[in-house]
Amino acid sequence: MSGFGALLRRDLRLALRQGSDTATVLAFFLIVVSLFPFGVGPEPQTLSAIGAGILWVAALLAALLSLDRLFQADYEDGTLDYLLSAPAAPSLLVIAKCLAHWLTTGLPLVLLSPLLGLLLNLPSAAYPALVAGLALGTPVLTLIGAIGAALVLGARRGGVLLSLLILPLYIPVLIFGVGAVEAAAAGQGFRAHLLLLGAFLLGALALAPFVAAVALRQAAE
Amino acid sequence: MSARLHALANPARFARFARRILPWMAALAALCIGVGAVWGVVFAPPGATPPEGQGETVRIMYVHVPSAWMALFVYGCMALVSAGALVWRHPLGHVLARAASPIGACFTLLALATGSLWGAKMWGAWWVWDARLTSMLILFFLYLGHIALTHAFDDPGRGARAAAILALVGVVNIPIIKFSVDWWNTLHQPASIIRRSGPAIDAAMLAPLFLMIFGFTFYFFAVWLLRARAELAALRTRALRLRLLAP
Repeated sequence: MSGFGALLRRDLRLALRQGSDTATVLAFFLIVVSLFPFGVGPEPQTLSAIGAGILWVAALLAALLSLDRLFQADYEDGTLDYLLSAPAAPSLLVIAKCLAHWLTTGLPLVLLSPLLGLLLNLPSAAYPALVAGLALGTPVLTLIGAIGAALVLGARRGGVLLSLLILPLYIPVLIFGVGAVEAAAAGQGFRAHLLLLGAFLLGALALAPFVAAVALRQAAE
Repeated sequence: MSARLHALANPARFARFARRILPWMAALAALCIGVGAVWGVVFAPPGATPPEGQGETVRIMYVHVPSAWMALFVYGCMALVSAGALVWRHPLGHVLARAASPIGACFTLLALATGSLWGAKMWGAWWVWDARLTSMLILFFLYLGHIALTHAFDDPGRGARAAAILALVGVVNIPIIKFSVDWWNTLHQPASIIRRSGPAIDAAMLAPLFLMIFGFTFYFFAVWLLRARAELAALRTRALRLRLLAP
């Protein structure tokens, strides 16, 4: 367990001192969202109708943006070999890295999303569903992304390849995340969507670190 | 059984096995597809008259349904040999998985294309975000990812191992994606375009349809073996070339 805490602290400290990833991801999120009014027109009705989809797709792309760095630096400077030979279980280390990644990129996205909802004229009833859905959904994106990030270690054009591999796997999260916001905006209950997102999170938490650890070991061979 | 599987790990023995089986598979495929296609296109009855029924358009089914079935079947085969490669480190598993994924992608594309042709005639639209079409499209993306990952590394062994893990991740995800897309579709799709309860299929159409399905399956096995032999030959060429380079 001490390995878990140490790795989490190290990754958080690295992210905070370098400070660039979080800001880049947030800026990307902001820019992608603000492109849409230019694309579909500034009518408030249009924007509020498709706002949930825009926010979720932008969040998904923003999460993807930083994922290829999840293991890359450790792979390049050889830290990964040390991590894998540490006494802590590799899947636990994957969880620590994912948690650090989510705290530095996913959580800021969740916190920024209501503000971007305002820009898109989202109805006020939709905000709880948006924030809760993103809070449950973005860790799933990180966990599934960890598998992809581990698989493409050492590949040519790993970043592009990563999006090809994991975007199809993100579709269920997108469907239920947007579904929650739309249900809330229509004044219906969105509990079922959140429960399903929670189920995805638990499933991903159980399976993804294990698979990512296997992939990491293959990469380090 | 497992002893026989391990015997096939020897590439030369597998090549002999493939050479013996391949003509049979190819002949069965040609026979089934030949008879099934002529039967389906010429002799089988057309669908009910157009405004309500499908008329002659129904004949697209004889290519579409077998392709859609093969799209899933090939993924299953690929996952099975990938699991074999990862769990038992069977060397043939990676070769077979590498050989299978482009075939699966082609069948998926064929299913999408024929479905689109049928949709243009019956629904008046080339593409509709119907649950089944969407799931097939995502399956196509999964195949593309598998192919790209296989070829993304300088070391083919690394690419094969990564792709094997991806194939198994896909198997876990395909039911989840399928379920989500179905759910998404029932929420968004206006029900007027697609009638859920189509008429039960006529028995006279069933025989040629099954012939085509068997034909496509044999065809897949024939091409799979052929491609696996080519992959083995490529590996051998690579090994020989590396040996030439070594001092």
